[in-house]
Amino acid sequence: MSGIVWALLGAASAVILAGMGSAYGVGVAGQAAAGVVTEDPSKFAKVLIMQLLPGTQGIYGLLVAFIALSKVGLLGGGAADLTLETGLLIFVACLPIALVGLVSAIHQGRTSVASIGIVAKKPEQFGKAMLFPAMVETYAILALLISILAVSSIQV
Amino acid sequence: MAVLQMQRLSICAMKKNRKAILEELQSLGVMEIDTTMPLDPDLAVMDTMESRQTFEKSALLCDQALEVLQEYAPEKTSMFSSLEGKKLVDKTSYEEASEHREAVLKKARKLISRKKRLTENKAAIVKLETQIETLTPWLSLDVPLNYNGTKKVAMIIGSISGDTSLDQVYQRLAQDAPDLEAFDIQKISADGDQLCIAAACLREDAAKLEEALRMQGFARPSQSIRKVPAEEKNHLESEIRHFVKENQDLEEKIRDMADSRERLRLVSDYFRARAQKYEILGHVPQSKQTFFITGYLPKKKVPALEKLLNEKFDLVVEAEDAEGDEVPIVLQNGRFAGAAEGVLASFGLPHWGEMDPSKVMAAFYVFLFGLMLSDAAYGLIVFVACAVLLKKFPRMSEGMSKSIRLFMYCGLSTLFWGIMFGGYFGDLINVVSRTFFGHEVGIRPVWFAPLENPMKLLIYSMLFGLIHLFVGLGMKGYMAIKAKKYLDFFCDVILWYMMLIGLLIMLIPSDLFVSISQMNIVFPPIVNTLGKVLAIAGAVGILLMSGRANKNPALRIALGAYDLYNITGWLSDILSYSRLLALGLATGVIASVVNQMGSMVGNSVFGVIVFILVFIVGHVFNIAINLLGAYVHTCRLQYVEFFGKFYEGGGKAFEPFKANTKYVDIKEETKI
Repeated sequence: MSGIVWALLGAASAVILAGMGSAYGVGVAGQAAAGVVTEDPSKFAKVLIMQLLPGTQGIYGLLVAFIALSKVGLLGGGAADLTLETGLLIFVACLPIALVGLVSAIHQGRTSVASIGIVAKKPEQFGKAMLFPAMVETYAILALLISILAVSSIQV
Repeated sequence: MAVLQMQRLSICAMKKNRKAILEELQSLGVMEIDTTMPLDPDLAVMDTMESRQTFEKSALLCDQALEVLQEYAPEKTSMFSSLEGKKLVDKTSYEEASEHREAVLKKARKLISRKKRLTENKAAIVKLETQIETLTPWLSLDVPLNYNGTKKVAMIIGSISGDTSLDQVYQRLAQDAPDLEAFDIQKISADGDQLCIAAACLREDAAKLEEALRMQGFARPSQSIRKVPAEEKNHLESEIRHFVKENQDLEEKIRDMADSRERLRLVSDYFRARAQKYEILGHVPQSKQTFFITGYLPKKKVPALEKLLNEKFDLVVEAEDAEGDEVPIVLQNGRFAGAAEGVLASFGLPHWGEMDPSKVMAAFYVFLFGLMLSDAAYGLIVFVACAVLLKKFPRMSEGMSKSIRLFMYCGLSTLFWGIMFGGYFGDLINVVSRTFFGHEVGIRPVWFAPLENPMKLLIYSMLFGLIHLFVGLGMKGYMAIKAKKYLDFFCDVILWYMMLIGLLIMLIPSDLFVSISQMNIVFPPIVNTLGKVLAIAGAVGILLMSGRANKNPALRIALGAYDLYNITGWLSDILSYSRLLALGLATGVIASVVNQMGSMVGNSVFGVIVFILVFIVGHVFNIAINLLGAYVHTCRLQYVEFFGKFYEGGGKAFEPFKANTKYVDIKEETKI
């Protein structure tokens, strides 16, 4: 396999895995949010924010994939001729956000569900409720950071 | 940056004035009545439960009437109606409405009874419609459904369930009752589920025929109607028309009452305020001739209140500085710091004796928010949108106006950082000039482009974080000094500063830092030595002093060692600020993705249209998702990292006794 395949595999897995995690997270949070809105439609905006919180991992995956693709020239046409080693480097650099994105989005989704419960019962505690999912997100951000730094520092 | 000094006010006055005084206090809305005081055994409280409930019911009645009006004569509301806030009504029209409260209540009752009548009519219409439906198969029958026949001939009318035909009925009759001969069966209708028939036979055979038919599943119609079905249908239809007409009239009448909406609102609020007054009244201890009210209010408002009350009533007022955890907290800040009060309140107001960090927090909030969003165009959009909202809806609720003001400042900060980092809708200018005009131009960042040098921004993010945290530690020190706890100030603040600064001086020239930052900073040897001395002195000091509350020397050292372990907490706190870089990059990169997708069709008319569509959808999405991200993570940095250093919160919010209205705000003539 030539390097470009590995590079593309890295970009793809960043989008696929992180996106899958976010889809699950936003999904479960959305179910809980819908339940709250049936009881009290005025809480729509608050629970919508809660639902969106686990959605960021998918965006982080997209971000890393985009940087990786533009790095190897797949976006502008005329892909660079990568060695196997460089391709593998890019693949590995994409892994943090791919894997951490997947797992953290799932857990963030569950935390969001619990926080939506807080909003349903005590809407004035919105600020605190929002904090719990944001704590989980930290690790996705750390992974994103390493992925970005690693991808952008690889010499093509 | 101020928590207002509160005073505890006790009022003692004549019982005959109690309602007037309470009304006065309610309309001023400056004092929180303390209802938690234990009752003196010589005093009694009045049971106001019943009258309170009457008032609440009246308020509810008006609310229901308003709902009815809203259903049949909906008021046009704009998308931003939730921002408009309550309407300001002057006192005279409020008083005028409350004088006519009985008339208004009558109207409300009328509205509700009309609504009830409407609902009943609707149910009646549905019932009539089902009757018509069951009648439909019989429409071609020209005798009444319960027609029994003539003297000699019996008529049997009914239906046979199941998908059967007249021929089959005849055949089975021939089998089941071969001796029956003189009869005739006519089909009225058939629809696959049932066959409706009318059978005629001699009266003496009637029972036999019916019995034979029953074996095939024959049944008489469930409703006995004395009229010919077609006539009955006409009759039912005219009844429906009658109900529909009545409903139209009713709706018209309800719509005609739409002009009493304003009155209903005022009266609803009037009763609500009265119910609240009676609730407080139920907590006011009284003797035979006098009564007592105690409560809290800001110190600076005490003299004015005292003067006002003394002018109007005979009473004794006593004020003392309030202390303790049950004292409610009032913050007073300028326009800028006040904007962050909402963010502070959602973490928790300062507890009694703690300082109000709003001002410092507001500055950092705006700074960090801008750094995370960091796009000049987005910042401008946020700023303009918030400014327009503030201008257009001056009466929006206080909390809402505070948060929008905060976002307005954040928009400015975002604009600033966008210019520093060269982000204008991401790389919009480059992409547009390259795709549609052939040669690429762009605005260079004033400082540097984060995507080209992420390590640099990472280092700066952590530097900003370090400043933020040091300020937090400084606040802790400030509070310790204010409370005259100088030993705490030295041990918990100065020693930590010493150790952390010492460690930093040791870290900066090290290979690790050089390789990360690509900055080779060399200190003179004296500074290096100073760093080591500071770090060691600080560490030893913390080891010895942290457990100073403990007499046991071994335990004291152990606690000190445990406190020293907090250095890892500092490390993770500072690393947490790397989100500034990550979120900043996210905005820029997603914006570039949007621009790139838009430009893929190329330079043509169609290409321009696609570009504009993608531009609008993509950037709206990006602003929304990154605003959310910046909001959440700025809050997190404030709540977890910054407040973790010094702030506890948990104060009780000040809830003055006032008319908590639902629809209107009443403009008070006297204000203090």
